[in-house]
Amino acid sequence: MKNRIFAIIMMILPVPVLAAGGGIHLDEANIDPTNTQSQQRGARLFVNYCLSCHAAGLMRYERIGKDLGIDERLVAENLMFTGGKVSDLMTVATADDDSKEWFGTVPPDLSVIARSRGVDWLYTYMRTFYRDDSRIIGVNNLTFPDVGMPHVLWELQGWQEPVITTVKDHDGTERKVVELELVEPGKLTPKEYDRAIRDLVNFLDYMGEPAKYERRSLGVKVIMFLLVFLIIAYLMKKEFWKDIH
Amino acid sequence: MGEKYKTGVLGWIDARFPLSKMWNEHLAEYYAPKNFNFWYYFGSLALLVLVLQILTGIWLTMNYKPDAELAFNSVEYIMRDVNWGWLIRYMHSTGASFFFIVVYLHMFRGLLYGSYKKPRELIWIFGMIIYVCLMAEAFMGYLLPWGQMSYWGAQVIISLFGAIPGIGDALALWIRGDYVIGDATLNRFFAFHVIAVPIILLAMVVLHILALHEVGSNNPDGVDIKKHKDAHGIPVDGIPFHPYYSVKDIVGVIVFLIFFSIVIFFLPEMGGWFLEKDNFVPADPLKTPEHIVPLWYFTPFYAILRAVPDKFLGVVAMGGAIVVLFLLPWLDRSPVKSIRYRGTAYKVVLGIFVVSFIALGYLGTQPATPVLTNFARVFSLLYFGFFVALLFLPKFEKTKPVPDRVTSK
Repeated sequence: MKNRIFAIIMMILPVPVLAAGGGIHLDEANIDPTNTQSQQRGARLFVNYCLSCHAAGLMRYERIGKDLGIDERLVAENLMFTGGKVSDLMTVATADDDSKEWFGTVPPDLSVIARSRGVDWLYTYMRTFYRDDSRIIGVNNLTFPDVGMPHVLWELQGWQEPVITTVKDHDGTERKVVELELVEPGKLTPKEYDRAIRDLVNFLDYMGEPAKYERRSLGVKVIMFLLVFLIIAYLMKKEFWKDIH
Repeated sequence: MGEKYKTGVLGWIDARFPLSKMWNEHLAEYYAPKNFNFWYYFGSLALLVLVLQILTGIWLTMNYKPDAELAFNSVEYIMRDVNWGWLIRYMHSTGASFFFIVVYLHMFRGLLYGSYKKPRELIWIFGMIIYVCLMAEAFMGYLLPWGQMSYWGAQVIISLFGAIPGIGDALALWIRGDYVIGDATLNRFFAFHVIAVPIILLAMVVLHILALHEVGSNNPDGVDIKKHKDAHGIPVDGIPFHPYYSVKDIVGVIVFLIFFSIVIFFLPEMGGWFLEKDNFVPADPLKTPEHIVPLWYFTPFYAILRAVPDKFLGVVAMGGAIVVLFLLPWLDRSPVKSIRYRGTAYKVVLGIFVVSFIALGYLGTQPATPVLTNFARVFSLLYFGFFVALLFLPKFEKTKPVPDRVTSK
């Protein structure tokens, strides 16, 4: 429920809000759902880095091509690495048992992850991995503590380490603030990395509800029609009712 | 009027079936008071939403799979691969919430103008049965997408039956058809949601309308328009439902559809109130969500349930909160129907009742912290207090004289 209230608050207020549980600031994803180029770049990142473990088993390659303006041939060449037809669902080859052994859990299907987690959470999560030698996989995450997922994008982002500082609040209580510091740069600068994650989240958001843009544009037409119809219906009512006193 | 149609197709039918007679009785010669206001739109709107739910439901059924393995994915299949599937699904999911909005406003109209009072007690009873059917329909329908909230919401609600002493556990098991919510539960809920409950619902709607047309509609003044009739036996303050209210209700329908469309096309999740975030995670019997919350239209009763420390008594209180509404026609003894001519006392207790209901609805969505639970207790008492107050109200209430004929328009 807290999440829901936060979701509502986040919809209304343009400020970052504390996430439930983790107590971490969620950074605003600021995605532009009309930017298909960003979504195309996100799709590339997704198939290159995510799709080897996570499925998007409710989504078809073909649909991505159609919605994001990618030619079917290009979809097959750039987004599909395992062959198959463009009309196939985006499933993964990794057996569930293997995943369980490697990560302790089967990586969730990401088809509707943007609808259950929200874009701000995803944007923050993908940027808060840090080195943690106390864990077997050597990685932890501020947004999702003790997550089973390794830092798949480490070669892009590089490695972060936590820096803990103590700050005093206005009322004098002390609290610990954990910040992440880049100790080993990756292929991308922090700015470029943020943009890459924004693209990825933009794609995940699109994939969560491919009909979103269609519904908005249809909605404008439907409501315009209803407004015109309302005028006619109102005049008709007035005409009929003029002899009622 | 019937004379005109003795020949032709209609004449042929009328000689065998009371088509014109029914048309006249229920529409063209059904005389409704001419002073209906804003609150009188919601009856016809409820009928509209019912039709929309049935139609969209039929089309959803064509692609939905009532199977624990397939249900979640089949809903997403409808959202992605079925032509216009997303629109039909959103109409249905938004329609469920709008049904309750419309029905709550329709019921509130009854409280405002005493529409449940003699001779309309049966209309109210049929309406309450519709309301209960609607709750059953919504509850069972919410299991079908087979998301986390579907699953755990159903788990919590069905476990309530387990609180009944003696037979509780056996009863809960019998309802689920399994020791946990599972495929068997999903299948039977599907059967109830698409066949059993809708049939009862439709039958009750017919009875609700037949009872209404037998005694005639109440109005914002709460006066009986049949007391003053003209030479033809037509109430002087009555106008034929068709065309007057049919054209007026079309205006209401369009305004309604505009609001409905705004949600469907721009806010189908309504910030998590109509479609919950957790319901985009497939049902997982091993993972309990952090907060299990029923959808907003159940939360007032959920808050009452949680307000009572004992589980069984909580279930009794929750059931009582609904049962007591059935008794309203006999609890409210004031001879004056409309709030326009009732005393301040009634206005105050009704105001407190409405505030309590909304507050309980809010509290039902919140985690049950000690402070909030105490608030829920106070508002639960106020909720029931309304019905107790009605019994004693005639002693204090100073009502105003009721006019002989309808006022305004």
